[in-house]
Amino acid sequence: MTLHVEVVVADRQLWAGDAGMVIAKTLDGDIGLLVGHPPVLGILAEGSVVRILDPAGDTSAATVAAAGGEITAAVSGGFLSISDDRVSILAVEAQLGAEVDKSVARSDLESALTEAGSPSPAEEPTEARYARAQLRAAGEQA
Amino acid sequence: MAASLRAVRQRIRAVQSIGKITRAQELIASSRIVRAQQRMREAGPYARELTRAVEAVVSRSSTIDHPLVNEPENVSRAAVLVLTSDSGFCGAFNTNILREEQRLVRTLTERNVEEVPYVAGRKGIGWHRARRIEMAQQWAGFSARPSVRDATEVTKGLLEAFDRPSEDGGVDEIYIVRTEFVSMLTQRPVVARLLPLEIEESSEEPPGGPLAQYEFEPSTETVLDRLLPQYVEGRVFYAMLESAASELASRRRAMKAATDNANDLVERLTREANNARQAEITQEISEIVGGANAMADANAGSE
Repeated sequence: MTLHVEVVVADRQLWAGDAGMVIAKTLDGDIGLLVGHPPVLGILAEGSVVRILDPAGDTSAATVAAAGGEITAAVSGGFLSISDDRVSILAVEAQLGAEVDKSVARSDLESALTEAGSPSPAEEPTEARYARAQLRAAGEQA
Repeated sequence: MAASLRAVRQRIRAVQSIGKITRAQELIASSRIVRAQQRMREAGPYARELTRAVEAVVSRSSTIDHPLVNEPENVSRAAVLVLTSDSGFCGAFNTNILREEQRLVRTLTERNVEEVPYVAGRKGIGWHRARRIEMAQQWAGFSARPSVRDATEVTKGLLEAFDRPSEDGGVDEIYIVRTEFVSMLTQRPVVARLLPLEIEESSEEPPGGPLAQYEFEPSTETVLDRLLPQYVEGRVFYAMLESAASELASRRRAMKAATDNANDLVERLTREANNARQAEITQEISEIVGGANAMADANAGSE
């Protein structure tokens, strides 16, 4: 038994396939989803990383290799729902870790931080959090 | 006679070049519509999942108390979002949409509700301006190729108005007038109420199996707060995509008809031109023959 996972944004489907486990961060904290999880509808934390473990389906080498056998996706915010072993990640904006352009994400982060006037970590704007999440999804420290 | 032949030939050339233009428009629309349909398909999963999530929240508690769901007690102003095209050459596309808007306005007026138009697309903007109907907001430049950003922009304007009380320039309801893309051959204008959400009590099973009893994190209210604006934006975006595909399909059909007409006209005019040319030749021959006879008669007389 595996989970069926769909990561979608408004204009396209980012990834769809089967997976062993999904780890995401909601407003309440980290949540790990395995087969048989009771139905949940939660709000994804702004600028967090969704990890899809043991993926099957679209596991082209480039998509998976970036994060060592798992698929990561940076999300700027949105929803997560699971019911009957179907997981959907409904993101406002999202990017797969393997598709992140690190230099672009880094400059996005810098410009977002400068614009907000170097805020404290708790007050960072969504853009900065999302850029950080992109870097983390790509396997960088941020 | 000579003058008429020249006139007909001139018309043939004019009609031929019009035909070339409409043919080019037809081909452009045909190639873009494939992309537009693909974008609709790609946006499908998001729209489907979003609707499912909203259904899950709303079906759970019949006692939800949320401004985006609650039926207002008295409605005095309603926002009407009208999705028209930026460019013409698309048959009755805009006429149909604007006629549907007028029908909605009539029913609103009967209920003593004031219409607050929000118009997307140059054709719709021009139409309202010509009739001196004031628009609350207008957008243009994306009708054939809407992006998520455009949808966000439009939704922001609508939700801001919805959040304000109607005495303060806000609105109590939001309607959307859009074109539904049924197939390449059929598109129809439809009116739907976007907000407050219409909750239908139904005993039928929703598509995709019965809805599970979800648990909400962190709480039902918070989830609803975040979910509904995103849902409205998703609906608006999908409507824009559908409207774009419909516009292109409509244009392709209109331009195909125009090209066919131009070709028929060229054929008819060519026949007319041939007739005129033949008549000219016949006349010239009869003039020459007549002249020759006259000369022969004159010569015969002098001998």
